[in-house]
Amino acid sequence: MKNENDNLYPHSEGSSSRPPPSSRVPPQDHVLDVRDLKVEFKTEEGILRAVDGVSFAMRRGRIMALVGESGCGKSVTSYSILRLIQQPGRIAGGQILFRSKDGSSVDIAALDEKSEQLFHLRGGKLSMIFQEPMTALSPVHTVGNQVCEAILLHQKMTKQEARAKAIAMLGKVGIPAPERRIDQYPFELSGGMRQRVVIAMALVCNPEVLIADEPTTALDVTIQAQVMGLIKDLQQELGTSTLLITHDLGVVGQLADDIAVMYLGRIVEQGPVREIMKNPRHPYTLGLLKSLPSLAMNKARLPSIDGTVPSLNAIPPGCPFHPRCPYAKEGLCNVGAPPPVESINDRHAVACLRWREVEGAAK
Amino acid sequence: MIAAPEPLLKVRGLCKHFPVMSKGIRRRQIGVVKACDEINFDLMPGETLGLVGESGCGKTTTGRTILRALAPTAGEVLFKLPNGNSVDLATLSEAQLRPLRPHMQMVFQDPYASLNPRMTVRDIVAEPLVIHKMAKGSELDDRVSDMLKRVGLKPEHRTRYPHAFSGGQRQRVGIARALIMRPKLVVCDEAVSALDVSVQAQVINLLQDLQQELGLTYIFIAHDLSVVKHICDRIAVMYAGRIVELAQTQALFDKPVHHYTKMLLSAVPNPDPDVPMNMEIRGEVADPGNLPPGCAFSPRCAACTDACRKIVPQLEEKSPARFAACYHPDL
Ligand SMILES: Nc1ncnc2c1ncn2[C@@H]1O[C@H](COP(=O)(O)OP(=O)(O)O)[C@@H](O)[C@H]1O
Ligand SMILES: Nc1ncnc2c1ncn2[C@@H]1O[C@H](COP(=O)(O)OP(=O)(O)O)[C@@H](O)[C@H]1O
Ligand code: SF4
Ligand SMILES: [Mg+2]
Ligand SMILES: [Mg+2]
Repeated sequence: MKNENDNLYPHSEGSSSRPPPSSRVPPQDHVLDVRDLKVEFKTEEGILRAVDGVSFAMRRGRIMALVGESGCGKSVTSYSILRLIQQPGRIAGGQILFRSKDGSSVDIAALDEKSEQLFHLRGGKLSMIFQEPMTALSPVHTVGNQVCEAILLHQKMTKQEARAKAIAMLGKVGIPAPERRIDQYPFELSGGMRQRVVIAMALVCNPEVLIADEPTTALDVTIQAQVMGLIKDLQQELGTSTLLITHDLGVVGQLADDIAVMYLGRIVEQGPVREIMKNPRHPYTLGLLKSLPSLAMNKARLPSIDGTVPSLNAIPPGCPFHPRCPYAKEGLCNVGAPPPVESINDRHAVACLRWREVEGAAK
Repeated sequence: MIAAPEPLLKVRGLCKHFPVMSKGIRRRQIGVVKACDEINFDLMPGETLGLVGESGCGKTTTGRTILRALAPTAGEVLFKLPNGNSVDLATLSEAQLRPLRPHMQMVFQDPYASLNPRMTVRDIVAEPLVIHKMAKGSELDDRVSDMLKRVGLKPEHRTRYPHAFSGGQRQRVGIARALIMRPKLVVCDEAVSALDVSVQAQVINLLQDLQQELGLTYIFIAHDLSVVKHICDRIAVMYAGRIVELAQTQALFDKPVHHYTKMLLSAVPNPDPDVPMNMEIRGEVADPGNLPPGCAFSPRCAACTDACRKIVPQLEEKSPARFAACYHPDL
């Protein structure tokens, strides 16, 4: 069997415009460097730029949250990382650099769709869990068969060994009596138990990166808390790096180390969770935080963000947020290209022309 | 002298039990799901009562049974009519209920599923008035226009179809349709749950404004505790088909006395990373079709004693205006 660690550099067919390989090696403490990622969909109304120049770095062993309202491109970004974008969509540019613990690195965006390398990365070093556990589980196979299949796809072992490993993993994700549950079908389990099975499946190959797309959104608050605890334990025990996609700022505040906030296919602000939650500098981030009905105040009018998210085929000129922005300045924000990403300090970056004015507004 | 206001709604011992049938050709009843069991509360005019709890605890069934979208298994629903008379909705026939329907309406979670895709917004909003023959001609048009304006939709939206709207706008259409008949009582069932936060805030504000303007009384069903805290005067927490705690909103959040309420509140994640939450929650939500004897929460409760596993605790006033169904409330 081919060792998946051999030669992780892709063949560079047709990539003359890409920078030389040396710049494609992320720094050592980064597990994933997404650079200028562009994903588009060909539709009847024209080309939709669902992800338009997204750049972020995931530091090893940390939980990074991608947040924003529905349609802003969170799922498309995360699917791109595993190359799961299907027709009529395509990755139209950018790099997705993965750096493994063993030092090897690869640009996932440049891999051939049918390459063995991609097959080994997906479900091996990088794996994904989805919002609705039933989309990831087959209703006609037992939980055990599905977990064992995930193991045998990437690891050489006998069926008995795989079964023992599956039982151990189901126990680890908090399923009581795993040796009995393993022979049950998904419909015999509760929603929370099913999501645990999906997480167990995603973890059996000890991934370096776990991509979790709204993993708790379909769950009740007490079950959500249990699954959040599980993700945190995995980070602490196994050092798993997690990309957490969610629209729930509460989940982010409690679970994430770093955040990137997306609006209309772009990252408008990113940085460490405390800094973003306590000192947001993009008016959109500020608006999101302020419109949360907090557990503290009652009955007061909620500050909301004016208007609605425009559609992708009518992205406003200048700063895409300007029609809804209370800080927008005529002649500055509504003209030209979208604002560039500026660094406020070495970790906190924002794409707003007037971020200096936004200081302290969250208080 | 001002007389003490009377409740708009008195719910007494309300039950809705669903039979569980065996599979196969000879279907017979093998059990019962007590989706809504011995529910008691009063609702004052203009008040907003929250019904919270995790999925399957019976919130929707309770709301629908109160409005007689479902026939109750037992109990009374005493509704005070605008003329001052009281009727028991639980015992009325369909024909007797029909003229009362305009007084009580429901707003649903998924505006998409609840709006007819082949009707224009104007027709969707006008339909209840047409069905109940409450307006026609220019009066009908005026009332529809007025309602659309109140919910923040523009006159040019009248001729559009639901698919041309965003989720927030569709929810406004659903609200307009529910309020066009000027109901007294509105049950909002997860009405803002599917909306993004910025839009959710707009719709919450709208519901509060309309309550003031039109003198509405709300039963507000939601699983998001921060939304409920924001909008409700009092909150009823449900677990496995029963109300386990009922209190003023602030009091409930300041000091929950039922052990399930405590667990539920501790599990709410706060956006502020420095406000801790509890990720170590015991067990799973009880299945109302397969309940343990005694208190349904007993298998997960740290304060549980033998007494708890014998007889179901009743909802009782433990301190002024604070009700709980627990043998060992944390007072
Ligand atoms: N298969 C597709 N065809 C056309 N457009 C798509 C497709 N998938 C996603 N999109 C567009 O991409 C945008 C981003 O979607 P998505 O990443 O799913 O948003 P999020 O996960 O943030 O809610 C959406 O506005 C959607 O219109
Ligand atoms: N028509 C029905 N037939 C049988 N069981 C039902 C029916 N409707 C609801 N149930 C059951 O009643 C319980 C309460 O459901 P529901 O009122 O929808 O809860 P909630 O709104 O709190 O999520 C659940 O266990 C559900 O499966
Ligand atoms: S660039 Fe202008 S419009 Fe955009 S967020 Fe900043 S202030 Fe608002
Ligand atoms: Mg998504
Ligand atoms: Mg419901």
